[in-house]
Amino acid sequence: MKKIMKYIIQPLIISLGLLLSGCESNEKQTVATLTNLVWADEFDNNGSPDSTKWNLVTGDGTEQGIPGWGNNELQTYTDNPENITVQNGVLIITAKKESLEGKSYTSARINTKDLYQQKYGRFEARIKVPTGKGLWPAFWLLGDNDDGRLVWPQVGEIDIMEYLGDKPTTMFGTVHGPGYSGGASISKEYKLANNRFDNGFHIFGVEWSPNRINFYVDGDLYQSLTPENIEEETNGEAEWVFNRPFYIILNIAVGGNLPGSPNEDTSFPQRMLVDYVRVYN
Amino acid sequence: MKIQQYTYLKITFFLAAISAILSSCEREISEDFVLATFPATAEIFTDVPVGLTDQFFISFDPAFGANTEGFGTDNNEAFHGTSSIRIDVPSPNDPAGNFIGGIFKDRGEGRDLSGYDALTFWAKGTLTGTIEVGFGTDFITDSHSVSSKIQLATGWRKYTIPIPDASKLTQEKGMFLFSAGSFDALANDDVSDASSFEDNIGYTFWIDELRFEKLGTTKLLFPYILDNNELEIDDFIGSKTMIDGLGARFGLEDGQNISIKASSTYFNFSTSNPDVASVTALGEAIVIGEGTTNVSATLAGQLAAGSLTINAIGSFDNAPEPTESASNVISIYSDSYTNVNAFNPGTFAGPNTDNISLQTIAGNSHLNYESIDYVGIGWDGSVDVSAKTMVHLDVQLTSGANSNLIMELIDFGPDNDPGNGLTNVGGDGTAGGNNISSQLVEGEWVSIDIPLTRFILSTGGGGFGNPNKNNIGYVVFVSNNGASFLVDNIYFY
Repeated sequence: MKKIMKYIIQPLIISLGLLLSGCESNEKQTVATLTNLVWADEFDNNGSPDSTKWNLVTGDGTEQGIPGWGNNELQTYTDNPENITVQNGVLIITAKKESLEGKSYTSARINTKDLYQQKYGRFEARIKVPTGKGLWPAFWLLGDNDDGRLVWPQVGEIDIMEYLGDKPTTMFGTVHGPGYSGGASISKEYKLANNRFDNGFHIFGVEWSPNRINFYVDGDLYQSLTPENIEEETNGEAEWVFNRPFYIILNIAVGGNLPGSPNEDTSFPQRMLVDYVRVYN
Repeated sequence: MKIQQYTYLKITFFLAAISAILSSCEREISEDFVLATFPATAEIFTDVPVGLTDQFFISFDPAFGANTEGFGTDNNEAFHGTSSIRIDVPSPNDPAGNFIGGIFKDRGEGRDLSGYDALTFWAKGTLTGTIEVGFGTDFITDSHSVSSKIQLATGWRKYTIPIPDASKLTQEKGMFLFSAGSFDALANDDVSDASSFEDNIGYTFWIDELRFEKLGTTKLLFPYILDNNELEIDDFIGSKTMIDGLGARFGLEDGQNISIKASSTYFNFSTSNPDVASVTALGEAIVIGEGTTNVSATLAGQLAAGSLTINAIGSFDNAPEPTESASNVISIYSDSYTNVNAFNPGTFAGPNTDNISLQTIAGNSHLNYESIDYVGIGWDGSVDVSAKTMVHLDVQLTSGANSNLIMELIDFGPDNDPGNGLTNVGGDGTAGGNNISSQLVEGEWVSIDIPLTRFILSTGGGGFGNPNKNNIGYVVFVSNNGASFLVDNIYFY
């Protein structure tokens, strides 16, 4: 109870600050309250991503028992510097059109599994996304599987940023859990006015507390999910699974069920640039 | 005007005093002095034309088939408001012209469009015809022309034509351009067969809410030159090559991509080896020295796809200067004489002929024929060479030494019908050929002078006998093995 009180007071102060500065489009909005930085990668060292922070996932998901990563994706992930590297202060994930291991595209996927996992907090990244149909970059969180005792979607998934390369002005934030996964997941789009996500960097984040996940883009809160929302969406069937440690994933998928295949206008290589990933408590 | 000048004079003194103290004020001073900006009016047509010339619609030249009657406004159709532009696209056999198109032009000194990134409008058609639309064409300089093809829908739909580099458009008069031809319902149009257009039909389309906008949602994917091809050519010192096929591919908000054609003024051209070739601001590469160079271009700082590699292979010797006095000559093609009117190096050509071009090297032009089966040189009317006895031409063979080449002279016949000399219709097929193969040398100019009495071979078109000298209408070259050659200085004397 005390904790909740604290949460209420803090937002009030911040929203007052926003009122005074007059920069916020919606003065009543409380976007982020957690400011104690507990984990970050600013991608300041050139070369392969810091191995104390990131695992480089390779393959097409077969090893994990989900070929095509469960979505009929067309890429295989590599740890090749041409697919994943840090340069000039930015993590670069590159999707290339090249045949490897029976797949037509290569790309990269990194995660913090067993290196950094956290329950609750504010997870934020500054990202420039790629362009073109079939590109499907993401910044997301997956729940720890408790040494294999839990399987998806029971582990829970929080998609902080997903984007389809042929819808350049929109991105979406989503949660998956038992009874609300895949096509039945709970999701909301955010549309940029007079701009495109692939034209520059944007900040994508969630602030995740015991009974709420707030999704924001560039300081705009656009989705706030609670156990009550999950209950409403699933007629009371579903369970709120977001009270265990989750880890961070960054990747570009190519093709698959959601984005569809690249077309003749999709140019390769395509890159996702990540300026930083930060976690606050 | 005078008052304004005084005002600025005062400001100048005032600011000069400040800048003596604070040098960092320079920037603000210049902003105060921005005089020569042009209106940034975005709207072109809403319910009425906005700031356009009184004539509103300026048609393409009716002499070339443009129909000036199908343009108007329609108070019964509008996407927004009360009125729209209505365009009735003519049928192919419309006596008033078989296509419609033209421009809308700013009535003033031009507009500053540098704050916008696209031309947008709503349109719908009675049929899903494809039309060309654009801006930057003013029928005076056409210096920043942009156009693209769009397909209409039968319901109102918004169309976006991105501006390739708006910073170039600080004083633009060409607000809108469109061009539309009849609807190819059977999808059988063939540009090489005029009769294939006869079954097309006319239709109507409407345009509304025509304006420039700052959308922020278009993205330059890549500019391109040479239609996105990597070309490599061998060229001589002094030769010039125009970099064409200029445009850009843009991504739009809905995920669709669009290609636009853009004029050279949007591009910056460069050459990797300035000692081999220079390139003008308009994209003409001029070879100046031996070696290899790559000509490329950027648009808005982004490297264009496509490039031209020039292998400069030394100097080119033009054909020898003719020595006949001009008064004694009837010239078909030469830089040294006055030629026939409306000279055409390829009035007709056989289906296997690869290329017909006019090349200019160091100020002298010649004709280049590549891998021909037959080609006909034509001009306005015919020439009377009955007072002449010889025909001259300079030929340089560019294919192998065994190349076969016959020159034919074809007349229009007693009835002066341009078609008659080509076939033996009505017994009017006098024409004749002369086989010049044995005189040709690969890679060298050869001057050939043939008595007009020696054109006695039956022609490929079925003509025979010696041609009538009083109305020669065509010079034809025929090869049975795909000869390639250069020709210059064709004249009778």
